[in-house]
Amino acid sequence: MTRAASVDFDSSTDAAGARSRRAVAAVASGASKWLVPALVVALWQGASGFGLISDTLLPAPTSVLAAGWRLTRSGELAANIEISALRAIAGLVVGGGIGLALGLANGLSKLSENLTDSTLQMIRNVPHLALIPLVIVWFGIDEGAKLFLVALGVFFPLYVNTLHGVRSVDPQLIEMARSYGMSNGALFRRVILPGALPSIFVGLRYALGVMWLTLIVAETIAAQSGIGYMAMQAREFMMTDVVVLSILIYALLGKFADFVARFLERVCLPWHPAYKKL
Amino acid sequence: MTRIAALAPSEALPGFEVGLRDAAPPGAPLTARGLVKRFGDKIVLNALDLHAPAGQFLAVVGRSGCGKSTLLRLLAGLDEADGGRISFGDREINDAPRLARVMFQEARLLPWASVLANVEVGLGRARGSGRRLALDALASVGLADRVGDWPSALSGGQRQRVALARALVSRPRFLALDEPLGALDALTRIEMQHLLEAAWRRERFTAILVTHDVTEAVALADRIVLLEDGAVALDVTINLPRPRSRGTAEFGAIVDRILGRLLRSA
Repeated sequence: MTRAASVDFDSSTDAAGARSRRAVAAVASGASKWLVPALVVALWQGASGFGLISDTLLPAPTSVLAAGWRLTRSGELAANIEISALRAIAGLVVGGGIGLALGLANGLSKLSENLTDSTLQMIRNVPHLALIPLVIVWFGIDEGAKLFLVALGVFFPLYVNTLHGVRSVDPQLIEMARSYGMSNGALFRRVILPGALPSIFVGLRYALGVMWLTLIVAETIAAQSGIGYMAMQAREFMMTDVVVLSILIYALLGKFADFVARFLERVCLPWHPAYKKL
Repeated sequence: MTRIAALAPSEALPGFEVGLRDAAPPGAPLTARGLVKRFGDKIVLNALDLHAPAGQFLAVVGRSGCGKSTLLRLLAGLDEADGGRISFGDREINDAPRLARVMFQEARLLPWASVLANVEVGLGRARGSGRRLALDALASVGLADRVGDWPSALSGGQRQRVALARALVSRPRFLALDEPLGALDALTRIEMQHLLEAAWRRERFTAILVTHDVTEAVALADRIVLLEDGAVALDVTINLPRPRSRGTAEFGAIVDRILGRLLRSA
């Protein structure tokens, strides 16, 4: 009796011990990911403090933070982030919308594909940033130029992946749906679109990367507002802290956009084995 | 009275009383005349004639490549014949989607739709009040507790049971079964055979089962047709009482006879 009880007692403490060990391990593994970045920032700060790195070439992290605080208080940072974000979103909606629509159309209709696909594949081989000189001639440096470049940049990833997604929907499922008398509309809504969605999301995440890249280039070359413009202005006056700040803001915006896309994937693809809740 | 008697032997399986809603519509009699199907130069079906009276459970067996799956696809309206006519009673094949349902070898469930939504697909365009019917159909295959799950959470046998519920929810008058149990393990197969037989006895649809498993054909069918070179080579009526026990001498004799004929055609 006693022995049985003591065995029980032992196993329960074992279980509790294992649980707390696992918790510690989880925290340690989470913390270890941040170890190297933290070390780099600390070294950077140290090197700047001891004068090993010139403040005009690479300002200390604290100077960058101070610049951020200064620009936040003046309202300049928020205004520039807003204009950059608006440009990015507008370009994504226009270019991504057209890419999605054409991808669906060409995936569903042989006629549409014959008419447009080979033309689009030819244009795809032109690096869209190579068009900048031409775009400046066409649009000057106003909003039209940025919108055009971003839209063109995000168009192809969404087009190509949407087309691929529609094409790769299991033909057995389509046959099943037809044999059950599904109308074309229902077939699209209930079989083809959900089947293509994982691939469309791949295209969206790729497009988001292209979106920020295009915007950075467009804003540093031809703009009168936005994060890129802020960085170029700061360069004129050798305010490297603002330049570094701008680079960090771009990185954060990119990370944020990716986060939103991942979140949408989770919400829209709950059935997908990759996003299954554990 | 006869309905009750017919249902009695299936009490070992869950939820069959659900089927006692109202009298099932009679199955559709199926007639195929002079069916021809070619793939390139190869003639797969060579002027095949076949008639299945209303409510018959007909099994089609044959070696691979004998044209049995091709025949089923024509009867189910999935492919078009190169010649000949198919009719269901007084209706032509073009009306078939409203009468006929198909169960494929793969379950073919929509991965992005819940189990319940997948069964609702079976209601075709006449959805709406279908939720109740879909729930009943799922209960009749013993999956009432899995309605909200994704298909990926089910086993192969459970997926095929959902596919059966989807095929039955619209109360078809003709059910085409294209080796639906071919990919299942032996035990699940036998369970599914019982389920299929019970559904057929309840709903009285005309059933055509394509299978390479002669024992399965003898266990389920009223009649077995053996295809060879695109034509009917053997037509056997099975008069064994249901539910059938596989151990009996008569059962074994019929299996042997058909297997013998199949082996001879090598």
